[in-house]
Order: sequence, then C-alpha cells, then structure tokens
Amino acid sequence: MKLSELIDKIDAVVIAGDDKLDLEIERIGASDMMSDILAANMGTRSMLLTGLTNVQSIKTAVIAGVEAILFVRNKRPPQAVVDTANAHGIPLLTCPYSMFVTSGRLYAQGFTGLNGSR
Amino acid sequence: MAALKKSFQIKSRDFIHAGEASISVQNMLKQIGIAPALIRRVAICAYEGEMNAVMHGENGKFRIEVNTDKIILDISDEGPGIGDIEKAMEKGFSTASEDYREMGFGAGMGLPNMETNADRLDIESEKGQGTRVVMRFSLPPGSRENKTGQSA
Repeated sequence: MKLSELIDKIDAVVIAGDDKLDLEIERIGASDMMSDILAANMGTRSMLLTGLTNVQSIKTAVIAGVEAILFVRNKRPPQAVVDTANAHGIPLLTCPYSMFVTSGRLYAQGFTGLNGSR
Repeated sequence: MAALKKSFQIKSRDFIHAGEASISVQNMLKQIGIAPALIRRVAICAYEGEMNAVMHGENGKFRIEVNTDKIILDISDEGPGIGDIEKAMEKGFSTASEDYREMGFGAGMGLPNMETNADRLDIESEKGQGTRVVMRFSLPPGSRENKTGQSA
C-alpha cells in the first residue's frame, strides 16, 4: 500500500518527506527498543512504528533499511531529528492513536510484520 | 588489491552524533559495491557496537578494514569492561540505565545481534580496563573486483 493511502487509514499527518508518499509499504515493525528492530529478519518496503522521537530512531531506520517512520500518540520529533530524516530521505508521519490501536488498524489492512508474518 | 581502512573516534555519551560512524561505513560499503544483504549485516553490527561504546565506553575507537576476502570491524573502548561475557551474550540481558532504555537502547539485544550478523565475533574484556569487540565477515570471491573507484 502506498504511504498516501496508509495515512488515511490511521488519520496520520506528514512531518517530513511529503514528496515520498508514493512509497509502497508492505511490512511494519512496532517497537520503542531499537535493537528489536535491528534484530528483525527484515524485507524491503518496511516501516517503523514507534513512540521514540529521538535521532536514534532515524539512524536505526537508516541502518536497518527501514523506509519510513510512523510516530504514535501524535508525537513529533524535534526539528533537528526532522532535518536528519530529510537528509536520509526517510519520510516521517505521526498519528493520534496508541501503538496498540495503530498496529491493529494497520494489521487489519493486511500489513505483515517485518519478517513477513501475520 | 589494497585493503580499504577507515577509523573513527567514538565520543562517550554523545547521543547526537552516535551512529554516524556506522552510517559512514554503510555508505562506504555501498560505494564499493558490496552486496546489500552483507552491508546490512555489517551496518547492524557496526551500529550496535558503536552504541555500546557511546553508552558504556570511554575513548572509543572504531575501525573497519575491507580486504579481498573479508571485512573486519574492530570496536574498542576504555570503559568498565564486561563482567560476565557469557551473561552479556544472553538475549535480554542488559546493564543499561533507565535513561538509555528511554532512548531506545538497553534491550539486551546488542551482543546477540552482533553474534547473529557477524560470521565471527570475538570479545576481549577485562573489568575496569575496557572492551574490544572484533567482528569478521567473509566476502564472497569477486566482491571487490571490477568496482569503480577502487585501485589495486
């Protein structure tokens, strides 16, 4: 599913990368622990769902090859973090729901975990 | 072909710049045409090692060497050392403070992630003296041949 469609399912807004909304996402990982994301046996077209808004969430995405980040509970990272995301071409979204509800809504849309499992 | 080497100083507790050495290594490996799956493994090991040196170490040093047949990551610090390496290798075991956990680290997956992704992991550590983690990755034959920007 394109990021632009995904946004509608969870009432998200774009914080960075509004030129990247054609990106296709298939897999999603939800965690506030970065090593859990790094430990995932991950495929491409993946997104990170997190409440962690510091710069390490962006760097973890870059290292792991995660292509987009969605923050939950309307969290917004500081501008320096947004700048880092822009520098690495990683779109950032935020949505009003909790991690649990956001995950549930996206799961219901057919997304898989980072390793492709349902 | 000459070995490609690069080294970085890792500044303790500098969470703003933490990860930059690893991202730089990731870019370097992309430039010389290493396969994406291998780059990912090296980058994960580099980042976990770099974060450990930032969080726990003092005077951290980060070195990468790319030979014709292998990549070597060598990350060392003069921190408190690892008391019980066997324990530290267990998934979920962490000595990281609550502050680090709030930053998304200290899940106790760092060393296990390195072990999973490196072909060989060697840890030398002495309590109060520091830690050295060396990770090796085999390069399939021809990985560094015929790549632009490289000279023999």
